[in-house]
Amino acid sequence: MIITVAGNKKEYEDGINVATLIEQENVETPQYVTVSINEEFIESGSFDSHVLKEGDEVEFLYFMGGGK
Amino acid sequence: MKITILKSDHDKMYEHALSVAPDEACGLLAGIDREDGIREIKKVYILENIDHTNEHFSIDPKEQLKTVKQIRAEGLVPLGNWHSHPESPSRPSEEDKRLANDSKASYLILSLAEKGNPVLNAFHIEGEQGSRSVRKEELSII
Repeated sequence: MIITVAGNKKEYEDGINVATLIEQENVETPQYVTVSINEEFIESGSFDSHVLKEGDEVEFLYFMGGGK
Repeated sequence: MKITILKSDHDKMYEHALSVAPDEACGLLAGIDREDGIREIKKVYILENIDHTNEHFSIDPKEQLKTVKQIRAEGLVPLGNWHSHPESPSRPSEEDKRLANDSKASYLILSLAEKGNPVLNAFHIEGEQGSRSVRKEELSII
């Protein structure tokens, strides 16, 4: 099935979940990543159970902040 | 890495940072990574500092996501973020380093500490929490 990840359309195995996608994409510091699917943020606790489907659009985002 | 940013974008950041000072200003950077290794910032986005203080900045993840979508729609890629230091030098603070979780991002810091003389620097930050390394990048304002 085709999923768009960070703006790139790619073929992935059917039934892939978010946790596996994070591994396959070698997402850096995955413990700090936020995932949105079709512009909805999903809970980090559901990465294992959230199964992706054809046409999903996934973004990996990091919280952006800092201090002086 | 060598990075370029447009003078107009530099001025846009500076004017916005002055307008919200003493709060920190912040936003995202978009552009392209050229085949010759130069990172070309083609557009600077101003986002809200939802902390509204002179000591921290935070970007609302929803606004961040919306902007990332806009960046992709414009044929560019997200390249990092920028923020201002209204009263301190242009270098990453401990908090900046702690929250720099993306080693592929460029982190630009605009210091307003010296009145009338903004100082903009770009940094690469990587490594594990507590032992992050910081490297100043070669930044050209063109």
